[in-house]
Amino acid sequence: MQDSDSISIVAPQIARFDTPLHLKSGTALDNYELVYETYGELNAARSNAVLICHALSGNHHLAGFYADNPKSGGWWNNMIGAGKSIDTKKFFVIGVNNLGGCHGSTGPASINAKTGKCYGPDFPVVTVEDWVQTQVRLADYLGIDQFAAVAGGSLGGMQALQWTLDFPERVRHALIIAAAAKLTAQNIAFNDVARQAIITDQDFHGGDYYSHGVVPRRGLRLARMLGHITYLSDDAMAAKFGRELRNGALAFGYDVEFEIESYLRYQGDKFADQFDANTYLLMTKALDYFDPAYQHNNDLSAAFRAAKANYLVLSFTTDWRFSPERSRAIVRALLDNELNVSYAEITSSHGHDSFLMEDRHYHKLVRAYMDNIVI
Amino acid sequence: MNTEDVADITAPSVAYTHRPDFAVIAAWVKPGAKVLDLGCGDGSLICFLRDARNIRGYGVEIDDTNVLACFNNGVNVIQSDLESGLQSFESGSFDYVVLSQTLQAVKNTENIVKEMLRVSKEGIVSFPNFGYWKNRLQVLSGNMPVSEALPYQWFDTPNIHNCTLGDFEEFCSQHGARILERSVMSGNHQITFMPNLLGMLAFYRFEQQK
Repeated sequence: MQDSDSISIVAPQIARFDTPLHLKSGTALDNYELVYETYGELNAARSNAVLICHALSGNHHLAGFYADNPKSGGWWNNMIGAGKSIDTKKFFVIGVNNLGGCHGSTGPASINAKTGKCYGPDFPVVTVEDWVQTQVRLADYLGIDQFAAVAGGSLGGMQALQWTLDFPERVRHALIIAAAAKLTAQNIAFNDVARQAIITDQDFHGGDYYSHGVVPRRGLRLARMLGHITYLSDDAMAAKFGRELRNGALAFGYDVEFEIESYLRYQGDKFADQFDANTYLLMTKALDYFDPAYQHNNDLSAAFRAAKANYLVLSFTTDWRFSPERSRAIVRALLDNELNVSYAEITSSHGHDSFLMEDRHYHKLVRAYMDNIVI
Repeated sequence: MNTEDVADITAPSVAYTHRPDFAVIAAWVKPGAKVLDLGCGDGSLICFLRDARNIRGYGVEIDDTNVLACFNNGVNVIQSDLESGLQSFESGSFDYVVLSQTLQAVKNTENIVKEMLRVSKEGIVSFPNFGYWKNRLQVLSGNMPVSEALPYQWFDTPNIHNCTLGDFEEFCSQHGARILERSVMSGNHQITFMPNLLGMLAFYRFEQQK
Protein backbone atom coordinates (compact mmCIF):
# COMPACT_ATOMS: atom_id res chain seq x y z
CA MET A 1 0.00 0.00 0.00
CA GLN A 2 1.55 3.28 -1.06
CA ASP A 3 0.61 6.60 0.34
CA SER A 4 0.80 8.78 -2.75
CA ASP A 5 2.33 11.78 -1.00
CA SER A 6 5.10 9.67 0.52
CA ILE A 7 6.52 8.41 -2.74
CA SER A 8 9.69 10.31 -3.27
CA ILE A 9 12.63 10.07 -5.54
CA VAL A 10 15.86 9.38 -3.71
CA ALA A 11 19.47 8.93 -4.70
CA PRO A 12 22.27 7.16 -2.85
CA GLN A 13 25.31 9.10 -1.64
CA ILE A 14 28.80 7.97 -0.77
CA ALA A 15 30.93 8.91 2.22
CA ARG A 16 34.62 8.08 2.16
CA PHE A 17 36.64 7.46 5.33
CA ASP A 18 40.43 7.54 5.31
CA THR A 19 41.13 7.05 9.01
CA PRO A 20 42.04 3.40 9.68
CA LEU A 21 39.22 1.43 11.25
CA HIS A 22 40.38 -1.00 13.91
CA LEU A 23 38.18 -4.04 13.93
CA LYS A 24 37.20 -6.38 16.74
CA SER A 25 39.10 -9.17 15.01
CA GLY A 26 42.35 -7.26 15.56
CA THR A 27 42.80 -6.33 11.92
CA ALA A 28 42.23 -2.91 10.42
CA LEU A 29 40.88 -1.34 7.27
CA ASP A 30 42.88 1.68 6.09
CA ASN A 31 40.00 3.27 4.24
CA TYR A 32 36.50 2.44 3.14
CA GLU A 33 33.36 3.92 1.67
CA LEU A 34 29.81 3.75 2.94
CA VAL A 35 26.84 4.25 0.68
CA TYR A 36 23.83 5.83 2.35
CA GLU A 37 20.50 7.51 1.68
CA THR A 38 18.64 10.16 3.62
CA TYR A 39 14.96 11.04 3.79
CA GLY A 40 13.41 14.18 5.23
CA GLU A 41 15.31 17.20 6.50
CA LEU A 42 17.79 17.48 9.35
CA ASN A 43 16.36 20.21 11.62
CA ALA A 44 18.35 23.22 12.79
CA ALA A 45 18.94 21.69 16.23
CA ARG A 46 20.14 18.47 14.53
CA SER A 47 17.93 16.58 16.96
CA ASN A 48 15.64 14.68 14.60
CA ALA A 49 18.01 12.16 13.03
CA VAL A 50 16.99 8.50 12.97
CA LEU A 51 19.39 5.78 11.88
CA ILE A 52 17.91 2.62 10.43
CA CYS A 53 20.21 -0.41 10.57
CA HIS A 54 19.61 -3.18 8.09
CA ALA A 55 19.39 -6.93 8.47
CA LEU A 56 21.24 -9.74 6.71
CA SER A 57 20.15 -9.09 3.15
CA GLY A 58 19.09 -5.45 3.52
CA ASN A 59 20.78 -2.27 2.41
CA HIS A 60 20.71 1.51 2.55
CA HIS A 61 17.68 1.87 0.26
CA LEU A 62 14.98 2.06 2.93
CA ALA A 63 12.30 4.02 1.19
CA GLY A 64 11.35 5.94 -1.91
CA PHE A 65 12.29 5.17 -5.49
CA TYR A 66 15.17 5.79 -7.84
CA ALA A 67 14.36 8.19 -10.67
CA ASP A 68 15.27 5.70 -13.38
CA ASN A 69 13.43 2.71 -11.91
CA PRO A 70 9.78 2.82 -10.79
CA LYS A 71 10.12 -0.72 -9.36
CA SER A 72 12.97 0.26 -7.04
CA GLY A 73 10.93 0.70 -3.84
CA GLY A 74 12.91 0.69 -0.59
CA TRP A 75 12.77 -2.39 1.62
CA TRP A 76 10.95 -0.56 4.42
CA ASN A 77 8.65 1.55 2.25
CA ASN A 78 5.65 0.45 4.33
CA MET A 79 7.24 1.89 7.50
CA ILE A 80 9.22 4.93 6.43
CA GLY A 81 7.99 7.96 4.50
CA ALA A 82 5.99 11.15 4.77
CA GLY A 83 3.02 10.46 7.03
CA LYS A 84 4.14 6.90 7.76
CA SER A 85 5.01 5.33 11.11
CA ILE A 86 8.57 6.62 10.91
CA ASP A 87 7.50 9.96 9.52
CA THR A 88 10.02 11.71 7.29
CA LYS A 89 8.08 14.96 7.80
CA LYS A 90 9.28 14.84 11.43
CA PHE A 91 12.50 12.85 11.23
CA PHE A 92 15.66 12.93 9.17
CA VAL A 93 16.03 9.25 8.41
CA ILE A 94 19.31 7.66 7.35
CA GLY A 95 19.86 4.28 5.76
CA VAL A 96 23.39 2.97 5.35
CA ASN A 97 24.75 -0.13 3.64
CA ASN A 98 26.90 -1.89 6.20
CA LEU A 99 30.62 -2.28 5.73
CA GLY A 100 31.18 -5.61 4.02
CA GLY A 101 27.90 -5.28 2.16
CA CYS A 102 27.37 -5.68 -1.55
CA HIS A 103 25.21 -2.68 -2.38
CA GLY A 104 27.84 0.02 -2.68
CA SER A 105 29.72 0.13 0.62
CA THR A 106 33.21 -1.30 0.69
CA GLY A 107 32.98 -5.08 0.85
CA PRO A 108 34.54 -8.31 -0.38
CA ALA A 109 33.65 -7.50 -4.01
CA SER A 110 35.30 -4.05 -3.84
CA ILE A 111 38.76 -3.41 -5.23
CA ASN A 112 41.51 -3.52 -2.62
CA ALA A 113 43.73 -0.52 -3.43
CA LYS A 114 46.78 -2.41 -2.16
CA THR A 115 46.43 -5.26 -4.65
CA GLY A 116 44.29 -3.76 -7.39
CA LYS A 117 42.07 -6.83 -7.12
CA CYS A 118 38.82 -7.63 -5.32
CA TYR A 119 39.24 -8.19 -1.58
CA GLY A 120 37.52 -11.56 -1.80
CA PRO A 121 38.57 -13.75 1.14
CA ASP A 122 40.97 -11.02 2.35
CA PHE A 123 38.10 -8.81 3.41
CA PRO A 124 38.10 -8.92 7.22
CA VAL A 125 35.30 -10.47 9.23
CA VAL A 126 33.37 -7.55 10.71
CA THR A 127 31.10 -7.54 13.74
CA VAL A 128 28.07 -5.62 14.95
CA GLU A 129 30.41 -3.51 17.12
CA ASP A 130 32.51 -2.69 14.04
CA TRP A 131 29.42 -1.61 12.15
CA VAL A 132 28.40 0.67 14.99
CA GLN A 133 31.88 2.26 14.82
CA THR A 134 31.43 2.94 11.11
CA GLN A 135 27.95 4.33 11.69
CA VAL A 136 29.29 6.69 14.35
CA ARG A 137 31.80 7.97 11.82
CA LEU A 138 28.98 8.47 9.34
CA ALA A 139 27.06 10.41 12.02
CA ASP A 140 30.12 12.61 12.57
CA TYR A 141 30.42 13.12 8.82
CA LEU A 142 26.77 14.20 8.67
CA GLY A 143 27.14 16.44 11.74
CA ILE A 144 24.84 14.42 13.99
CA ASP A 145 25.93 14.33 17.62
CA GLN A 146 22.98 12.38 18.89
CA PHE A 147 20.32 10.29 17.17
CA ALA A 148 16.70 10.75 18.19
CA ALA A 149 16.48 7.02 17.52
CA VAL A 150 18.39 4.09 16.13
CA ALA A 151 16.13 1.33 14.86
CA GLY A 152 16.34 -2.01 13.17
CA GLY A 153 14.86 -5.45 12.80
CA SER A 154 16.70 -8.74 13.26
CA LEU A 155 20.45 -8.12 12.74
CA GLY A 156 19.48 -4.42 12.47
CA GLY A 157 17.95 -4.62 15.96
CA MET A 158 21.25 -6.00 17.24
CA GLN A 159 23.02 -2.91 15.88
CA ALA A 160 20.45 -0.62 17.53
CA LEU A 161 21.06 -2.46 20.81
CA GLN A 162 24.84 -2.21 20.46
CA TRP A 163 24.59 1.52 19.77
CA THR A 164 23.05 2.08 23.20
CA LEU A 165 25.88 0.14 24.87
CA ASP A 166 28.81 1.68 23.00
CA PHE A 167 27.53 5.24 22.60
CA PRO A 168 24.96 5.85 25.34
CA GLU A 169 25.26 9.62 24.93
CA ARG A 170 24.59 9.51 21.23
CA VAL A 171 21.24 7.73 21.05
CA ARG A 172 18.03 8.71 22.86
CA HIS A 173 15.78 5.87 21.72
CA ALA A 174 16.40 2.38 20.41
CA LEU A 175 13.80 0.37 18.51
CA ILE A 176 14.82 -3.28 18.71
CA ILE A 177 12.50 -5.34 16.54
CA ALA A 178 12.46 -9.14 16.11
CA ALA A 179 15.99 -9.30 17.47
CA ALA A 180 17.96 -11.13 20.14
CA ALA A 181 20.85 -10.37 22.46
CA LYS A 182 22.57 -13.49 21.09
CA LEU A 183 21.80 -16.34 18.74
CA THR A 184 20.86 -19.76 20.03
CA ALA A 185 22.84 -22.85 19.03
CA GLN A 186 20.03 -23.78 16.63
CA ASN A 187 20.25 -20.36 15.02
CA ILE A 188 24.03 -20.60 14.59
CA ALA A 189 23.49 -24.08 13.15
CA PHE A 190 21.21 -22.72 10.43
CA ASN A 191 23.80 -20.08 9.59
CA ASP A 192 26.54 -22.65 9.35
CA VAL A 193 24.57 -24.87 6.98
CA ALA A 194 24.05 -21.77 4.82
CA ARG A 195 27.77 -21.02 4.92
CA GLN A 196 28.68 -24.61 4.13
CA ALA A 197 26.40 -24.52 1.10
CA ILE A 198 28.38 -21.54 -0.21
CA ILE A 199 31.88 -22.63 0.80
CA THR A 200 31.51 -26.15 -0.64
CA ASP A 201 30.21 -24.85 -3.98
CA GLN A 202 32.99 -25.66 -6.48
CA ASP A 203 32.67 -22.15 -7.90
CA PHE A 204 33.56 -20.61 -4.52
CA HIS A 205 37.33 -20.87 -5.07
CA GLY A 206 38.13 -20.08 -1.47
CA GLY A 207 36.20 -16.83 -1.75
CA ASP A 208 38.21 -15.62 -4.75
CA TYR A 209 35.56 -16.49 -7.32
CA TYR A 210 35.73 -12.95 -8.75
CA SER A 211 39.09 -13.64 -10.37
CA HIS A 212 37.71 -16.85 -11.87
CA GLY A 213 34.80 -15.00 -13.44
CA VAL A 214 32.21 -17.18 -11.69
CA VAL A 215 29.91 -16.96 -8.66
CA PRO A 216 29.03 -19.79 -6.25
CA ARG A 217 25.48 -19.52 -7.37
CA ARG A 218 24.24 -22.93 -6.28
CA GLY A 219 25.59 -22.45 -2.78
CA LEU A 220 24.15 -18.98 -2.39
CA ARG A 221 20.83 -20.20 -3.73
CA LEU A 222 20.70 -23.06 -1.22
CA ALA A 223 21.72 -20.74 1.60
CA ARG A 224 18.86 -18.41 0.75
CA MET A 225 16.35 -21.23 0.41
CA LEU A 226 17.28 -22.55 3.84
CA GLY A 227 17.16 -19.05 5.33
CA HIS A 228 13.81 -18.39 3.77
CA ILE A 229 12.29 -21.49 5.36
CA THR A 230 13.40 -20.27 8.78
CA TYR A 231 12.07 -16.75 8.23
CA LEU A 232 8.55 -18.02 7.61
CA SER A 233 6.29 -19.83 10.03
CA ASP A 234 4.89 -23.30 9.50
CA ASP A 235 1.39 -21.79 9.49
CA ALA A 236 2.23 -19.06 7.00
CA MET A 237 3.79 -21.57 4.66
CA ALA A 238 0.83 -23.91 5.00
CA ALA A 239 -1.61 -21.08 4.35
CA LYS A 240 0.27 -19.76 1.35
CA PHE A 241 1.30 -23.00 -0.33
CA GLY A 242 -0.20 -25.97 1.48
CA ARG A 243 0.47 -29.08 -0.62
CA GLU A 244 -0.53 -27.36 -3.84
CA LEU A 245 0.99 -28.93 -6.95
CA ARG A 246 2.15 -26.77 -9.80
CA ASN A 247 0.72 -29.01 -12.48
CA GLY A 248 -2.14 -30.46 -10.51
CA ALA A 249 -0.77 -34.02 -10.43
CA LEU A 250 2.22 -35.93 -9.11
CA ALA A 251 4.99 -36.32 -11.67
CA PHE A 252 7.01 -39.02 -9.87
CA GLY A 253 10.25 -37.17 -10.50
CA TYR A 254 12.61 -34.69 -8.90
CA ASP A 255 11.72 -31.52 -10.71
CA VAL A 256 9.52 -28.83 -9.19
CA GLU A 257 6.17 -30.30 -8.18
CA PHE A 258 4.91 -28.59 -5.03
CA GLU A 259 4.28 -24.85 -5.09
CA ILE A 260 6.54 -24.39 -2.09
CA GLU A 261 9.43 -25.87 -4.07
CA SER A 262 8.75 -23.49 -6.90
CA TYR A 263 8.59 -20.54 -4.54
CA LEU A 264 11.82 -21.39 -2.73
CA ARG A 265 13.73 -21.98 -5.94
CA TYR A 266 12.47 -18.70 -7.33
CA GLN A 267 13.54 -16.87 -4.16
CA GLY A 268 16.91 -18.63 -4.23
CA ASP A 269 17.52 -17.76 -7.89
CA LYS A 270 16.48 -14.15 -7.44
CA PHE A 271 18.78 -13.76 -4.46
CA ALA A 272 21.74 -15.49 -6.11
CA ASP A 273 21.49 -13.04 -9.01
CA GLN A 274 21.88 -9.97 -6.83
CA PHE A 275 23.76 -10.82 -3.65
CA ASP A 276 27.44 -11.45 -3.04
CA ALA A 277 28.29 -14.80 -1.46
CA ASN A 278 31.18 -13.41 0.62
CA THR A 279 28.86 -10.73 2.03
CA TYR A 280 26.40 -13.46 2.97
CA LEU A 281 29.15 -15.33 4.84
CA LEU A 282 30.26 -12.16 6.59
CA MET A 283 26.76 -11.11 7.64
CA THR A 284 25.95 -14.53 9.11
CA LYS A 285 29.20 -14.44 11.10
CA ALA A 286 28.30 -11.03 12.50
CA LEU A 287 25.01 -12.56 13.65
CA ASP A 288 26.74 -15.54 15.26
CA TYR A 289 29.35 -13.44 17.07
CA PHE A 290 26.90 -10.96 18.54
CA ASP A 291 26.75 -11.51 22.30
CA PRO A 292 27.15 -8.34 24.36
CA ALA A 293 26.71 -10.29 27.61
CA TYR A 294 29.75 -12.46 26.91
CA GLN A 295 32.27 -9.98 28.28
CA HIS A 296 30.08 -9.53 31.38
CA ASN A 297 30.12 -13.17 32.51
CA ASN A 298 27.05 -13.81 30.37
CA ASP A 299 25.08 -11.35 32.49
CA LEU A 300 23.01 -9.33 30.02
CA SER A 301 21.85 -6.95 32.76
CA ALA A 302 25.47 -6.07 33.45
CA ALA A 303 25.99 -5.38 29.74
CA PHE A 304 23.30 -2.69 29.86
CA ARG A 305 24.72 -0.93 32.93
CA ALA A 306 26.11 1.97 30.90
CA ALA A 307 23.01 2.29 28.73
CA LYS A 308 20.82 5.38 29.00
CA ALA A 309 18.47 5.13 26.05
CA ASN A 310 14.74 4.59 26.08
CA TYR A 311 13.78 1.33 24.41
CA LEU A 312 11.02 -0.10 22.33
CA VAL A 313 11.29 -3.87 22.01
CA LEU A 314 8.95 -5.71 19.64
CA SER A 315 8.61 -9.39 18.85
CA PHE A 316 6.24 -11.48 16.75
CA THR A 317 4.35 -14.51 18.04
CA THR A 318 5.26 -16.89 15.19
CA ASP A 319 8.91 -15.82 14.87
CA TRP A 320 10.82 -18.95 15.80
CA ARG A 321 14.19 -17.77 14.47
CA PHE A 322 14.20 -14.74 16.83
CA SER A 323 11.49 -15.84 19.22
CA PRO A 324 9.60 -13.59 21.66
CA GLU A 325 11.55 -15.27 24.47
CA ARG A 326 14.76 -13.72 23.07
CA SER A 327 13.14 -10.28 23.15
CA ARG A 328 11.84 -10.86 26.67
CA ALA A 329 15.41 -11.54 27.79
CA ILE A 330 16.37 -8.08 26.50
CA VAL A 331 13.38 -6.55 28.29
CA ARG A 332 14.36 -8.23 31.56
CA ALA A 333 17.87 -6.82 31.34
CA LEU A 334 16.51 -3.33 30.60
CA LEU A 335 14.12 -3.54 33.56
CA ASP A 336 16.98 -4.65 35.80
CA ASN A 337 18.68 -1.39 34.90
CA GLU A 338 15.53 0.69 35.46
CA LEU A 339 15.60 1.91 31.88
CA ASN A 340 12.51 3.13 30.10
CA VAL A 341 11.22 0.23 28.04
CA SER A 342 8.02 -0.76 26.33
CA TYR A 343 7.54 -4.23 24.94
CA ALA A 344 4.84 -5.58 22.67
CA GLU A 345 4.42 -9.10 21.39
CA ILE A 346 2.66 -8.75 18.07
CA THR A 347 0.31 -11.47 16.88
CA SER A 348 1.39 -12.28 13.35
CA SER A 349 1.44 -15.39 11.22
CA HIS A 350 4.47 -14.42 9.14
CA GLY A 351 7.30 -15.66 11.34
CA HIS A 352 10.55 -13.68 11.40
CA ASP A 353 9.60 -11.88 8.18
CA SER A 354 6.76 -10.19 10.09
CA PHE A 355 9.01 -7.24 10.87
CA LEU A 356 9.04 -6.36 7.17
CA MET A 357 5.33 -6.87 6.62
CA GLU A 358 2.49 -4.43 6.52
CA ASP A 359 0.56 -4.94 9.76
CA ARG A 360 -1.79 -2.30 11.13
CA HIS A 361 -1.20 -2.95 14.80
CA TYR A 362 2.58 -3.23 14.42
CA HIS A 363 2.75 -0.01 12.43
CA LYS A 364 0.45 1.79 14.87
CA LEU A 365 2.72 0.80 17.77
CA VAL A 366 5.81 2.13 15.98
CA ARG A 367 3.96 5.31 15.00
CA ALA A 368 2.77 5.88 18.59
CA TYR A 369 6.29 5.39 19.91
CA MET A 370 7.89 7.63 17.28
CA ASP A 371 5.22 10.32 17.71
CA ASN A 372 6.13 10.62 21.39
CA ILE A 373 9.82 11.18 20.71
CA VAL A 374 10.65 14.80 21.43
CA ILE A 375 12.92 16.35 18.84
CA MET B 1 17.10 6.51 34.72
CA ASN B 2 17.09 10.25 35.24
CA THR B 3 14.36 12.84 34.94
CA GLU B 4 15.46 13.85 31.46
CA ASP B 5 14.73 10.35 30.20
CA VAL B 6 11.22 10.55 31.55
CA ALA B 7 10.72 14.00 30.12
CA ASP B 8 11.72 12.75 26.71
CA ILE B 9 8.57 10.65 26.48
CA THR B 10 5.82 13.22 26.59
CA ALA B 11 2.47 12.00 27.78
CA PRO B 12 -0.68 13.49 26.38
CA SER B 13 -2.93 13.91 29.38
CA VAL B 14 -5.17 10.94 29.96
CA ALA B 15 -8.81 11.41 30.89
CA TYR B 16 -8.77 10.72 34.63
CA THR B 17 -10.53 13.84 35.79
CA HIS B 18 -12.64 11.97 38.30
CA ARG B 19 -10.97 8.87 39.65
CA PRO B 20 -11.32 8.86 43.44
CA ASP B 21 -9.96 5.29 43.41
CA PHE B 22 -6.70 6.56 41.89
CA ALA B 23 -6.51 9.23 44.59
CA VAL B 24 -6.69 6.56 47.33
CA ILE B 25 -3.76 4.70 45.77
CA ALA B 26 -1.80 7.92 45.20
CA ALA B 27 -2.19 8.81 48.88
CA TRP B 28 -0.35 5.59 49.79
CA VAL B 29 2.48 5.90 47.29
CA LYS B 30 5.62 7.74 48.38
CA PRO B 31 6.87 10.44 45.98
CA GLY B 32 9.47 9.24 43.50
CA ALA B 33 8.65 5.57 44.08
CA LYS B 34 9.07 2.83 41.49
CA VAL B 35 5.67 1.35 40.74
CA LEU B 36 4.51 -1.65 38.72
CA ASP B 37 0.85 -1.61 37.67
CA LEU B 38 -0.51 -5.04 36.80
CA GLY B 39 -3.30 -5.01 34.24
CA CYS B 40 -2.57 -1.35 33.64
CA GLY B 41 -5.18 -0.82 30.90
CA ASP B 42 -4.43 2.37 28.98
CA GLY B 43 -1.86 3.43 31.56
CA SER B 44 -4.06 6.06 33.20
CA LEU B 45 -3.18 5.08 36.78
CA ILE B 46 0.52 5.35 35.95
CA CYS B 47 -0.09 8.77 34.37
CA PHE B 48 -2.05 9.81 37.46
CA LEU B 49 0.71 8.66 39.83
CA ARG B 50 3.35 10.24 37.62
CA ASP B 51 1.57 13.59 37.88
CA ALA B 52 0.56 13.27 41.53
CA ARG B 53 3.60 11.49 42.99
CA ASN B 54 6.34 11.78 40.37
CA ILE B 55 6.69 8.01 40.29
CA ARG B 56 8.70 5.87 37.89
CA GLY B 57 6.11 3.52 36.49
CA TYR B 58 5.84 0.39 34.39
CA GLY B 59 2.64 -1.32 33.38
CA VAL B 60 1.87 -4.91 32.50
CA GLU B 61 -0.97 -5.47 30.08
CA ILE B 62 -2.04 -8.27 27.76
CA ASP B 63 -4.61 -6.59 25.52
CA ASP B 64 -3.32 -5.18 22.20
CA THR B 65 -5.62 -2.15 22.24
CA ASN B 66 -4.57 -1.24 25.76
CA VAL B 67 -0.90 -1.73 24.95
CA LEU B 68 -1.27 0.67 22.02
CA ALA B 69 -3.08 3.14 24.30
CA CYS B 70 -0.13 2.96 26.73
CA PHE B 71 2.23 3.70 23.83
CA ASN B 72 0.10 6.69 22.90
CA ASN B 73 0.09 7.85 26.52
CA GLY B 74 3.85 7.53 26.77
CA VAL B 75 3.64 4.87 29.47
CA ASN B 76 6.24 2.11 29.78
CA VAL B 77 4.27 -1.07 29.21
CA ILE B 78 5.34 -4.70 29.03
CA GLN B 79 2.91 -6.85 27.10
CA SER B 80 2.53 -10.08 28.97
CA ASP B 81 0.02 -12.39 30.60
CA LEU B 82 -0.25 -11.88 34.37
CA GLU B 83 -1.42 -15.44 34.75
CA SER B 84 1.99 -16.74 33.73
CA GLY B 85 3.70 -14.77 36.50
CA LEU B 86 6.09 -11.85 36.58
CA GLN B 87 9.29 -13.54 35.36
CA SER B 88 10.45 -10.38 33.63
CA PHE B 89 10.75 -8.65 36.98
CA GLU B 90 13.57 -9.09 39.44
CA SER B 91 12.71 -9.87 43.07
CA GLY B 92 12.39 -6.77 45.22
CA SER B 93 12.82 -4.46 42.24
CA PHE B 94 9.78 -2.25 42.92
CA ASP B 95 8.53 -0.14 45.80
CA TYR B 96 4.90 -0.93 45.01
CA VAL B 97 3.06 -3.39 42.81
CA VAL B 98 -0.53 -2.34 42.16
CA LEU B 99 -3.39 -4.58 41.12
CA SER B 100 -6.19 -2.09 40.57
CA GLN B 101 -9.65 -3.66 40.20
CA THR B 102 -8.15 -6.74 38.61
CA LEU B 103 -7.76 -9.17 41.54
CA GLN B 104 -11.30 -10.47 41.06
CA ALA B 105 -10.61 -11.29 37.40
CA VAL B 106 -7.34 -13.18 37.93
CA LYS B 107 -7.48 -16.98 37.59
CA ASN B 108 -4.56 -17.89 39.79
CA THR B 109 -5.11 -15.45 42.67
CA GLU B 110 -2.68 -17.13 45.06
CA ASN B 111 0.16 -17.03 42.54
CA ILE B 112 -0.33 -13.40 41.59
CA VAL B 113 -0.32 -12.23 45.22
CA LYS B 114 2.79 -14.35 45.84
CA GLU B 115 4.46 -12.79 42.77
CA MET B 116 3.48 -9.27 43.88
CA LEU B 117 5.21 -9.85 47.22
CA ARG B 118 8.27 -11.30 45.51
CA VAL B 119 8.73 -8.41 43.09
CA SER B 120 7.91 -5.56 45.44
CA LYS B 121 8.27 -4.33 48.98
CA GLU B 122 4.56 -3.60 49.15
CA GLY B 123 1.45 -4.62 47.27
CA ILE B 124 -1.64 -2.52 46.71
CA VAL B 125 -4.89 -4.09 45.56
CA SER B 126 -8.34 -2.70 44.98
CA PHE B 127 -11.44 -4.74 44.22
CA PRO B 128 -15.21 -4.42 44.28
CA ASN B 129 -16.55 -5.55 47.66
CA PHE B 130 -18.97 -8.37 47.02
CA GLY B 131 -20.32 -7.84 50.53
CA TYR B 132 -21.62 -4.36 49.62
CA TRP B 133 -25.24 -4.09 50.78
CA LYS B 134 -26.65 -3.55 47.30
CA ASN B 135 -24.93 -6.74 46.11
CA ARG B 136 -26.31 -8.65 49.10
CA LEU B 137 -29.77 -7.29 48.39
CA GLN B 138 -29.66 -8.50 44.80
CA VAL B 139 -28.49 -11.95 45.85
CA LEU B 140 -31.25 -12.04 48.49
CA SER B 141 -33.79 -11.12 45.83
CA GLY B 142 -32.51 -14.05 43.80
CA ASN B 143 -30.14 -12.47 41.25
CA MET B 144 -26.42 -12.11 40.77
CA PRO B 145 -25.46 -8.52 41.50
CA VAL B 146 -25.10 -5.99 38.70
CA SER B 147 -23.90 -2.59 39.86
CA GLU B 148 -21.58 0.32 39.18
CA ALA B 149 -18.63 -1.63 40.58
CA LEU B 150 -19.77 -4.96 39.11
CA PRO B 151 -21.19 -3.88 35.77
CA TYR B 152 -21.47 -7.33 34.15
CA GLN B 153 -24.10 -10.02 33.80
CA TRP B 154 -23.33 -13.40 35.38
CA PHE B 155 -22.70 -14.93 31.93
CA ASP B 156 -20.29 -12.34 30.56
CA THR B 157 -18.43 -11.24 33.66
CA PRO B 158 -14.64 -11.45 33.73
CA ASN B 159 -14.92 -11.37 37.53
CA ILE B 160 -14.44 -14.99 38.47
CA HIS B 161 -13.03 -14.53 41.98
CA ASN B 162 -15.28 -12.06 43.76
CA CYS B 163 -14.69 -11.63 47.45
CA THR B 164 -15.66 -9.52 50.45
CA LEU B 165 -13.42 -7.49 52.77
CA GLY B 166 -13.56 -10.34 55.27
CA ASP B 167 -12.62 -12.91 52.64
CA PHE B 168 -9.61 -10.92 51.45
CA GLU B 169 -8.34 -10.28 54.98
CA GLU B 170 -8.55 -13.99 55.76
CA PHE B 171 -6.76 -14.76 52.49
CA CYS B 172 -3.94 -12.39 53.46
CA SER B 173 -3.45 -13.96 56.86
CA GLN B 174 -3.38 -17.42 55.28
CA HIS B 175 -0.90 -16.39 52.58
CA GLY B 176 1.75 -14.55 54.57
CA ALA B 177 0.61 -11.05 53.64
CA ARG B 178 0.50 -8.49 56.43
CA ILE B 179 -2.08 -5.74 55.85
CA LEU B 180 -0.58 -2.29 56.44
CA GLU B 181 -3.52 -0.12 55.51
CA ARG B 182 -7.11 -0.39 54.33
CA SER B 183 -9.40 2.11 52.69
CA VAL B 184 -13.01 1.55 51.74
CA MET B 185 -14.98 3.74 49.37
CA SER B 186 -18.50 4.18 48.20
CA GLY B 187 -18.62 6.58 45.29
CA ASN B 188 -16.53 9.53 46.40
CA HIS B 189 -16.86 8.82 50.10
CA GLN B 190 -14.57 7.04 52.51
CA ILE B 191 -16.49 4.43 54.49
CA THR B 192 -15.43 3.77 58.06
CA PHE B 193 -18.71 2.53 59.57
CA MET B 194 -19.57 -1.10 58.74
CA PRO B 195 -17.24 -1.14 55.72
CA ASN B 196 -17.99 -4.73 54.68
CA LEU B 197 -21.64 -3.76 54.29
CA LEU B 198 -21.47 -0.14 53.17
CA GLY B 199 -18.24 -0.17 51.14
CA MET B 200 -18.37 -0.61 47.39
CA LEU B 201 -14.64 -0.60 46.61
CA ALA B 202 -11.91 -1.94 48.91
CA PHE B 203 -8.24 -0.95 48.89
CA TYR B 204 -5.44 -2.70 50.75
CA ARG B 205 -1.76 -2.02 51.14
CA PHE B 206 0.21 -5.04 52.34
CA GLU B 207 3.68 -6.49 52.68
CA GLN B 208 5.28 -9.88 53.16
CA GLN B 209 4.73 -11.21 56.69
CA LYS B 210 8.08 -10.98 58.43
